Amino acid sequence: MDHPHGKPGQGIGARVPRKEDARHLHGRGNFVSDIVLPGQREVAFLRSPVAHGRLRGITKPFGMESQVFVRDDLASAADIVAPSTLPTYKLSGQPPLAHDKVRFVGEPLALAFAKTRAEAEDIIETIRFEIDELPALVDAHKARADTANRVHDDWSDNLFLTLDLDNNFEAEMKKATVVVTREIALARQAMVPMEGRAIVAHWDDRQGQLIVYTSTQSPHVIRVGLAQFLGVDEGMIRVISPDVGGGFGLKCVLWPEELCVAWLALKYRRPFRYIEDRREHLTAGANCRQHHYKLTAYADQKGRLLALDAVITIDGGAYSNWPFTIGLEPGQATGNLPGPYDFRGYRCRTYCVATNKPGFLPYRGVARTGVCFAMDLLMDALARAVDRDPFEVRRENLVRPEQMPYDNVSRKHYDSGNYPQALDTVREKLDVDAWRERQKQGEPDGRLIGIGFASYCEQSAHGTSVFASWGLPLVPGFDSATVRTTPDGGLEVRVGVHSHGQGMETTLAQIAHEVTGVPVDRVRVVHGDTGLTPFSTGTYASRSIVMAGGAVGSACQALLPRYVAIGAHLLKCEIHEARYERGEVVGPNGRVTLKDIATAWYLRPERLPVDVDRNGLETTVGYKPKVDTGAFTYASHGAVVALDPELGSVEILDYVIAEDCGTLVNPMVVEGQTLGGVAQGIGTAMFEESPYDANGQPLASTFMDYTMPGPTEVPAIRIYHTETPSPYTLFGIKGMGEGGAIAPPAVIFNAVNDAMKHLGAEVHETPLNSRRVLEAIERARTALPERKVA
Amino acid sequence: MKAARFDYLRAADVAGAVRALADAKGEAKIMAGAQSLGPMLNLRLARPKLVVDVSRIDALRSVDVANGTIRIGASVTHARLEDAGTELRGNAMLQRVASDIAWRAIRNRGTVGGSLAHADPAADWPLALSALDAVAVLAGPNGQRSLPVARFMLGAFTTVLADDEIVEAIVVPELSSAARWGYCKHCKRTGEFPEAAAAAVFDPERRAARVFVGAMSGAPRALPQLAAGVAQQGGAALTTSAIDRELATIAPDLDAVARKMHVTIVMRAVQQALDS
Repeated sequence: MDHPHGKPGQGIGARVPRKEDARHLHGRGNFVSDIVLPGQREVAFLRSPVAHGRLRGITKPFGMESQVFVRDDLASAADIVAPSTLPTYKLSGQPPLAHDKVRFVGEPLALAFAKTRAEAEDIIETIRFEIDELPALVDAHKARADTANRVHDDWSDNLFLTLDLDNNFEAEMKKATVVVTREIALARQAMVPMEGRAIVAHWDDRQGQLIVYTSTQSPHVIRVGLAQFLGVDEGMIRVISPDVGGGFGLKCVLWPEELCVAWLALKYRRPFRYIEDRREHLTAGANCRQHHYKLTAYADQKGRLLALDAVITIDGGAYSNWPFTIGLEPGQATGNLPGPYDFRGYRCRTYCVATNKPGFLPYRGVARTGVCFAMDLLMDALARAVDRDPFEVRRENLVRPEQMPYDNVSRKHYDSGNYPQALDTVREKLDVDAWRERQKQGEPDGRLIGIGFASYCEQSAHGTSVFASWGLPLVPGFDSATVRTTPDGGLEVRVGVHSHGQGMETTLAQIAHEVTGVPVDRVRVVHGDTGLTPFSTGTYASRSIVMAGGAVGSACQALLPRYVAIGAHLLKCEIHEARYERGEVVGPNGRVTLKDIATAWYLRPERLPVDVDRNGLETTVGYKPKVDTGAFTYASHGAVVALDPELGSVEILDYVIAEDCGTLVNPMVVEGQTLGGVAQGIGTAMFEESPYDANGQPLASTFMDYTMPGPTEVPAIRIYHTETPSPYTLFGIKGMGEGGAIAPPAVIFNAVNDAMKHLGAEVHETPLNSRRVLEAIERARTALPERKVA
Repeated sequence: MKAARFDYLRAADVAGAVRALADAKGEAKIMAGAQSLGPMLNLRLARPKLVVDVSRIDALRSVDVANGTIRIGASVTHARLEDAGTELRGNAMLQRVASDIAWRAIRNRGTVGGSLAHADPAADWPLALSALDAVAVLAGPNGQRSLPVARFMLGAFTTVLADDEIVEAIVVPELSSAARWGYCKHCKRTGEFPEAAAAAVFDPERRAARVFVGAMSGAPRALPQLAAGVAQQGGAALTTSAIDRELATIAPDLDAVARKMHVTIVMRAVQQALDS
């Protein structure tokens, strides 16, 4: 990239060390679990051991009635219902505690509180309940076909919704001479942030407010939700999200547990706390990723894609979430499947099916990890079908730079970029020619070398029109920032988004510095508190650096004329004679500092001009990009793997990324986001899986069974950047928070399939464990018909 | 999850621990490094009335090399063996196995005796110590008894230990300078319990030829025909079909994929021994 060491200074493009690191590296962060309030009671949940059944009754243990709660006790709390305007969408009310039915193993049936969590769990064990079991709906394909046994009794089938898109499919497919079909699937998995869910709620008598500390990406949205489902005024609630140990989407929705704990604190006016444990996390509420694709590519003899036919089945679990709804995933899958490729015929039917599993939640990459996996595996299969190098076929199918801005076959508007260039960079940096040579010679240890690529574009900071089209009950509009000049010339920046690993305490300060010249260490970024910050729908969908960054930049820009007006007065010159220059106002006869100006406003108003702007040195400005359909970051990833054909194990030998996320605010932070995302993508590709048995019992309930990638599984990753500024956003910034997690499954599977090409074996189902690889090799060896993926 | 209520006793010596076990009549659990028992307590899968902590008993924490044997106290940690250096030159396999158990944080606390007594089918020590022909020394109310480690584990999480017995030490023979050994496992990722594992020890001066395969449904199993064949004929006896045949007789329930993994790992463990 142009500035491997970052631009000089502290503004946009500089590698400013993260301000938030010191407290985390010293163990002085302040997370929800660090908060201990006098008289606090610990909450534990009784969770259903049954996937599907009718709840006949719950009996509270004798003498413990005042510490145990069931749904009827929480009468003033409403079921969590997420409406959507998407056609065919059906409502699924999620009760804070199960009422007449249980719909997944782990669904809360009752709660108990006590002085310690262990004592609360002791009480939980003594609660008796009766459930008449129903057959569990575990497989999405079977559940889709089943109309007699239903997750939601008031539905006519088990479909949350069905989406159909057809753009010129018939006309284009007729031109094809090559047809390639594949079934491709991703396992269900969990999100596994380092910190799970965590809530402390208490009543503040002085404020007359319920104070809810919760580990969330979106404090303002949680306030909206709590007020709505508790039936109280929003003014009665303040939500604070302190340090948050990773969100990844889990923490942008309202949880039943949040509602329960807030209800308790509201009712009893004392502090209650619930800290999710890892077993609850893995089994009871952080499900994601499980897609199944049946894809047919229609292409010409050279592998040029003409049309795509897709049937996508998403295992939605039991409940739609609030506010994003279960519609987000099928909407994103349908719209994003065509990816960075240029073709003109597309037909897609997407089923989102209700099953007896925890509700499907948006996870880093939302659907795009799945669509990239499906599309890029298909691209390689197409290349093999026409007997060409997958690199060449992929490259020829990418949208070309001269086509930008480009409206694709699913009506996505790609704003800018040179997609083939990113792919070329990966090929060059990976030194593919040398690896191909080594691949031909064979490894001394018998392992097989494989090379894989994948390309994607990442819709980031998509705004009002996009979310409105997905029918959500809550649509983002303008994001606001309040910038306050302090009397000593520093800045306080208040934003409604939340930073939990994204480094925004630093990058937003860099943007403020870029405009005002105030040193980064004198810019304090305040976030995570509805009482202190302007409303925002929060941090999700790779939006915050564009939206909050744009708002901070705009607010800072709005303050400059006010600085100049006061500065000119202090310098005894006309306003037009003065200019703002890096923390100072400069006039014909000298200069005054921002501190001088701020001191005049706050402490020595007798020095101010008579016509001074009475709004002073603080402003709140809303921002959204000129075009709100999204700023599209794009990237290509490439990897070399070594596959042990006898054990089925895969080692990643090299991994290269070429990315363009527009203007880089802080290259180090961007790289950190990408590296973390790739580690998660490697997890999806090779390790993570939440399997369920035929009765809907989760089989991975601890880290013994749920495998995460560790330091030895994540290779040294090389990242190269180009900077094509977005034409639509302030400073040309694009979001990039999710991209790292999008491509790795496609890249690694393509590399493995490349390694096994001469064996005639292919894998199409995550995670890529030894068993799946060995089965694929065995299938190819015995040339049995391909096993259908589940 | 937090553990259910239990009483805790820190035993001062082996006799005290045994007495506490006897008094508890099967309702007690021994805690050494707590790397397996800890999670099981927290998940409330283990619900003992009493936990007897043996980690502070000095007699269980020493490694003694004498008379051609290495005596490892039951509460010796994996890390202690990993870091042992020349002290264990009489049996380098111990150090190699210890250094590859899980992660360092687990090795710092997990113990050899605990690993044996917990008897996870995929654990390293039951497999490695069986192949090394080690002897387990058990202490009970009537004194000590000893038996080969290969006969200690009866099945998954099941051993010969009576309710009032504890593992006191493991006695491992030193290998001769002519000895050759191999140890190989296949893990989903670094540090996980293996999906397939095998150990091979050939010591002609002690007339020992032992190949064991682990990470199956029960205790590690010997492959005596393979061991004898390789001892007599060397690499010529080491074929996948020979391993596959013998494995089929001792583990007929393995499916094709699991069998392939185990055959491959046995092959590589023995090859490692031959190449050493």
